[in-house]
Amino acid sequence: MSESTKRNSMYGLMAEFDTPEELVKSTRSASEAGYRQLDAYAPFPVEGLADAVGFRKTRLPLITLIGGFIGCCGGFLLQVYPNVFGYPLNIGGKPYYSWPMFIPITFELTILCAAVSCVIGMLILDGLPTPYHPVFNVPRFELASRTKFFLCIKARDKKFDRARTQEFLESLGPRYVSEVPI
Amino acid sequence: MDPVTEEKPSLVTPESPWIAAGQSYASATDKIGGIVLTEKPPKGWFLGFGIAIIFVLILNMAISYLFAIGVGIWGINVPIAWGFAIVNFVWWIGIGHAGTLISAFLLLMRQKWRTSINRFAEAMTIFAVMCAGMFPLLHMGRPWVFYWMFPYPDTMGVWPQFRSPLVWDVFAVSTYFTVSLLFWYTGLIPDFGTLRDKAKSLFVKKIYGMLSMGWRGSAIHWKRHETASLLLAGIATPLVVSVHTVVSFDFTIALVPGWHSTIFPPYFVAGAIYSGFAMVVMLGIPLRKFYHLEAYITERHLNNMAKMLLATGFIVTYSYVMETFMAFYSDDKYERFMMMNRMTGPYAPWYWLLVACNIVIPMTLLWSHKIRTNTVSLFLIATVVQIGMWLERFIIVVTSLHRDFMPSAWGMYYPTKWDWAVLTGSMGLFLALFYLFIRVMPAISIFEVRELVHKTLEENAH
Repeated sequence: MSESTKRNSMYGLMAEFDTPEELVKSTRSASEAGYRQLDAYAPFPVEGLADAVGFRKTRLPLITLIGGFIGCCGGFLLQVYPNVFGYPLNIGGKPYYSWPMFIPITFELTILCAAVSCVIGMLILDGLPTPYHPVFNVPRFELASRTKFFLCIKARDKKFDRARTQEFLESLGPRYVSEVPI
Repeated sequence: MDPVTEEKPSLVTPESPWIAAGQSYASATDKIGGIVLTEKPPKGWFLGFGIAIIFVLILNMAISYLFAIGVGIWGINVPIAWGFAIVNFVWWIGIGHAGTLISAFLLLMRQKWRTSINRFAEAMTIFAVMCAGMFPLLHMGRPWVFYWMFPYPDTMGVWPQFRSPLVWDVFAVSTYFTVSLLFWYTGLIPDFGTLRDKAKSLFVKKIYGMLSMGWRGSAIHWKRHETASLLLAGIATPLVVSVHTVVSFDFTIALVPGWHSTIFPPYFVAGAIYSGFAMVVMLGIPLRKFYHLEAYITERHLNNMAKMLLATGFIVTYSYVMETFMAFYSDDKYERFMMMNRMTGPYAPWYWLLVACNIVIPMTLLWSHKIRTNTVSLFLIATVVQIGMWLERFIIVVTSLHRDFMPSAWGMYYPTKWDWAVLTGSMGLFLALFYLFIRVMPAISIFEVRELVHKTLEENAH
């Protein structure tokens, strides 16, 4: 079998570790060795791990801010139009454009739109829901939500080579190294 | 492959205040996940759920009769048009507040003791808001046209009147429910992933797999998940304060003596957190005992929650004192009369019972460390606070309305059996939902307990 067909038939190579410290260290080593298409999997958020796989900044706060801004403006106009133009009612002699009375709902809609855009933004950036993902083909991967820590070097990495990458991963002292079929 | 036998578990040792000694990633996952994935829930679960369902049926009957006949089946009439429905609404929505406070505010403050109580406290919030949201709808008289409160271009050409606090309530409560639900679900996604991987049956695996959306614990996903949790916490903290503030506006915007007061918003928020923490204690103690979760919900957690009761209880006490002081200091004869009537009038026994329940009993007993850490006494005090907080809302609603400016408009309020049926029925609904929750979802956040194990190990290593 040629090298290219092998690449197409597998997603990558996966190494399993016992502790989060080993995983962070190994991920850093892989990054230093020149691998760019990395992902690490842990049963809980590990400090420094996202940094080690080369993930620096998320756009999520910006998305939330934009959502909140839309909610704020939309919420205010939503009240101004009906109460000033659409269906003006004289309530206790108050001016039609009594803007302080519109603040509570403006505030609530700011929060609502910010929260909805935050959660939906997170799911979209994560690419969730993901009905199928190759990493689940590794039988031991179900421990990634329990006790074990995994490092995966993807086959689409330029530096990826079936034998040499396997050798490299084994040099990191993992418990197992396994192939991730597509 | 047997994961349990082959691994060298990393155990927490020695004990930390927030987690018992001997816990590991695996033990936490197995214990909390096992409650959900077992095929046989304990017999007590069926008993409790059965009793709760009886009350849900009572609620069903009371609501059906209400829809058929109208709100006349309740004790409400002019001058007391608000009655139990609004009392229950304010009470339930207040209970919800502690859940958001625990999950959002304590997260921002980096408090470790939120880890093992935040999940069921958030569930409590959602179910309490569901119970609360029901009451204004039932009280409307024509609940089938509730959507008239939302702004939409209709053929009648009318729009809601946005200067009314009752419309603010619609937006505040629906926003609160949606944001709480999103926050809760975001936290549950990794735990659904754990349950999917742990489940034996294919059907159960598929259900949790769908709920987890294919969560795989990728480092990048965790990073975004953490960012999203912090953002949501930052958003939910002002929200929780705003919701009960808006609820208090329902009263303060009116000119009725005893309602028209600037102290109401902070007073209501403190009272909400007070009753909410009492409910967290009332749910946490049985949960801990019957599911043997002492390793995660430690004595220190109970102690902290009792201290929160003490702190918020004092704010509530201060508000009562200030309310009374201002009634006399203002020299407004209606305010003064309202306060005297509250203390010596026909509802005086209930006022003094509320003072006993909210101030005298908890504020004297909770100073003792022994009482705070004894589950039985703490549970009983929380129950007393819960009754007191319900009475507080009853006193606010009824005593102000029943004798306002014109003696010719005075009257009395007597709840009917249908009022009681709806109140007890809403409690049954809350409990039934909570029983279902502990059956199908992890009552303690599994991934956060694993993180706590890791952090405790790190700290002990240093």
